[in-house]
Amino acid sequence: MNILATVLLICGLFFFFGGAVGILRFPDFYSRLHPAGKLDTMGQLSSMIAMALYAAQDLSLNAILTALKIMLIVAFVFITSPTATHAIVDAGVRAGLLPWSRGIRRGEE
Amino acid sequence: MEQVFLYSAVFLCAVMVLSLYRAILGPTVLDRLIGVNAIGSKTTTLLVLIGLIYNRVDMFVDIALAYATLNFIAVLAASRYFQKKKGLYDETGGR
Amino acid sequence: MTVSTPTGNLRTPQAPPGQAPGSGGHAKRRPLAPYLLTFCVSFATWLVLSGKFDTFHLSLGVVACLIVAYCSGDMLLATTDLRSLPGQWYRFAIYIPWLLYQIFVANIHVMRLVFHPRMLQLIDPQIIRFQTRLRSEMARFVLANSITLTPGTITVYVSVIGTFTVHAIDEECARALPGEMEAKVAAIFGE
Repeated sequence: MNILATVLLICGLFFFFGGAVGILRFPDFYSRLHPAGKLDTMGQLSSMIAMALYAAQDLSLNAILTALKIMLIVAFVFITSPTATHAIVDAGVRAGLLPWSRGIRRGEE
Repeated sequence: MEQVFLYSAVFLCAVMVLSLYRAILGPTVLDRLIGVNAIGSKTTTLLVLIGLIYNRVDMFVDIALAYATLNFIAVLAASRYFQKKKGLYDETGGR
Repeated sequence: MTVSTPTGNLRTPQAPPGQAPGSGGHAKRRPLAPYLLTFCVSFATWLVLSGKFDTFHLSLGVVACLIVAYCSGDMLLATTDLRSLPGQWYRFAIYIPWLLYQIFVANIHVMRLVFHPRMLQLIDPQIIRFQTRLRSEMARFVLANSITLTPGTITVYVSVIGTFTVHAIDEECARALPGEMEAKVAAIFGE
């Protein structure tokens, strides 16, 4: 169980790292949202599952409740993260930011 | 196992510094908002990690949940504020 | 992305719901079942969050959940047809593992993009539009959130008539779009 938790935790950290690097590297605001909104969510899912597994090791009532709470955080994040992403992208669209596009803009699709 | 959590927490802090770069130097306000959002979602994980390190995870989980809620509300409020500020209402769609 | 309930918005000042299933004539004028369901869901959340099972904490939870159910009972459920609800939830529960798998695959894709040294030549952000055939707002909401959760695509705008505006990060993500996910969501909500 410990090994599984460690592997999941390291996967989660890797996703977090990818998200941070993606935020730094991508060229414009719209494409930065892709790693920010979702690699982070995936990293959170992975590492939270790891921690819930570790917390629920001794099968007492308290430990299981704690693990349930951790999974509740995950469910909450899975509802709110797309909403927050959508709010940011909506703000960008209404402010009139144009999406970055390779070479000359090819106009409307 | 505590060692693993400790090093994970340190690594997470380093990743947060990377996001902080975008939050400080982002060209537009919304870039900063993205950076802040990313830091917030990492903080939620970090809080649970801290709880595991100090064996008080039942307490820190509540704080993490509250922090996730707070982060969400802050991002929503800030993005609503900045879209109102420009006053460019375009109800026809994407552009 | 707001989900407004199309039907159940008539809020009349009456006795608080959720007392008992057969408590007189109010139930005729306003369906009681959504309120009861909201109460049950929020009380389950209370139990998980508090973790104390003595009388004092339980009664506090009952009071708080009654208030919540009274204020927002018509928000949780967009539909008034309670008969189809268990089937919907069951199909939704089956949908979640498939969605998680999709999220995982697409995450790997975005990770490859992020760490690719020639990333700027690989990505090709574009905005695409498509018309969905989903009718109900809940189905559109689920579809939009699923699209946003799948990396590579972000829902920018959903118009009233059901036109989705989606920002996709490269050609591959854009091509996969309206197809399978829409069919799955349509199957959940029976459309």
